[in-house]
Amino acid sequence: MRNKLIYFILLAIGFTSIIQSCQNETSINFKRYYVNGKGIYEKNCQNCHGSDGKGLGTLYPPLTDSTYLKLNKNSLACIIRNGQTGTVKINNISYEGIMPGNETLADIDIAQVVVYITNSFGNKQGFYDSETAKKDLEKCN
Amino acid sequence: MRKVLFFALATFIFQSCSDTSDKKLPILGEREPVEKTIDGKQVIDTIYQTVPPFSYLNQDSIAVTDKDFDNKIYVTDFFFTSCNTICPIMHRNMLNVYNKFKDNPKVKFLSHSIDIKYDLPSRLKTYATKLGIEGNQWEFVHGSRDSIFGIAAKSYLVSAFEDSTDPQGLVHQGWFILVDTKKQLRGAYDGTKEDQVKQLMNDMEQLLKEEFGDAK
Repeated sequence: MRNKLIYFILLAIGFTSIIQSCQNETSINFKRYYVNGKGIYEKNCQNCHGSDGKGLGTLYPPLTDSTYLKLNKNSLACIIRNGQTGTVKINNISYEGIMPGNETLADIDIAQVVVYITNSFGNKQGFYDSETAKKDLEKCN
Repeated sequence: MRKVLFFALATFIFQSCSDTSDKKLPILGEREPVEKTIDGKQVIDTIYQTVPPFSYLNQDSIAVTDKDFDNKIYVTDFFFTSCNTICPIMHRNMLNVYNKFKDNPKVKFLSHSIDIKYDLPSRLKTYATKLGIEGNQWEFVHGSRDSIFGIAAKSYLVSAFEDSTDPQGLVHQGWFILVDTKKQLRGAYDGTKEDQVKQLMNDMEQLLKEEFGDAK
C-alpha cells in the first residue's frame, strides 16, 4: 500500500514536470530574448532613449507609445538596423532628427532588442522571433 | 549603564556638529604661494587657479562673457549636439540639476560645444529648445576652436579634442565642473554617473551656503 502511494506520487511529479516544461518552452525563449535584448539595448540604445525608455525632451523620442510600436511592429527591425531620418510622431509630439543605424547587429540581436523594447516601458506585446525579424529585414527599403 | 548612554549621546551630538557646519569644498587646480605684506608683516598667501575672461556666442547669438557669471556659481561641461555617446546621458543628468536650481538667480549653467564647424548658435538654439530650456540660465555656447579647446584643457581641466580615428571625429570627457563666485574650481563630477551628479547637487547647496549664507 505504502509503495503504491510513493509510486503514484512520483508518477504525478513526473507528469507535471513534463507538462510544465512543454508550456515553458516559449516562455523560456521569451525570457532568453528579453534578457539578451536588455543587454543590447543598454549598449546601443540607452544613451539616447534612456534606461526608462522616456527619451530626452524632444531630442530623442520615447519608446513608451504602445500604439506606435504596435502599428509599426514589422518595421521596428528596419529602423533599428538602418536608423531613421525625418519627422516621427510619438504620443502626438513630433520628433525631428537623425537616428543612427546599427548595421553590426545580427538578425537575432535585433529580434531580441525588439522583444525587450516591446515588453518594457509599459509595453506588453509578446514574442518576436529571429525568423520574423529576418523576414521583416528583407523588406527594408 | 547610565555612563554608556551618556557616552553614546555625547558622541552622537559631537558627530552631528562636525557633520553639518564648517565643511568646505576643496579648491581644485594649480596653486602658488605668494608673499604679501599686510600691516608690515610678511604673510604667505595662496593664489588658486581661476577661470580667465572669455567671450562666446550663446544659443540666442548674444555674446556671453565671464561677466555674466559674476556673483554666481555655475556648472560647466563640454558636449556637441550630434553626439550620441555620452552627451545624452550627461544632459539628461544636467537637466535634473537644472530643474533643481531653476530660476535661482545665483546659479547658472554653461555648456560649451566642441563641434566648432556645425554647432552654430541656431543649432544650439534648436538643441536647447528640444531639451526644454528657455531663457539664459543655461547657456549653450559657440566659440573659436582655440578658445573652446584651450579653456577646456587649461581652465576647466577637461580633456576635449578632435580625433580623426573616432567615428564622430570628436572626443571629450563627461565632467561637470563646479565653479564658485571667485571663478575657482570647486568640484568635478562624472556627468554620466547618477550618484556623482547627486553629489554635485549636494555640493552646490553647500557652496551656495558658503558663498551667500543660508539665505537663498
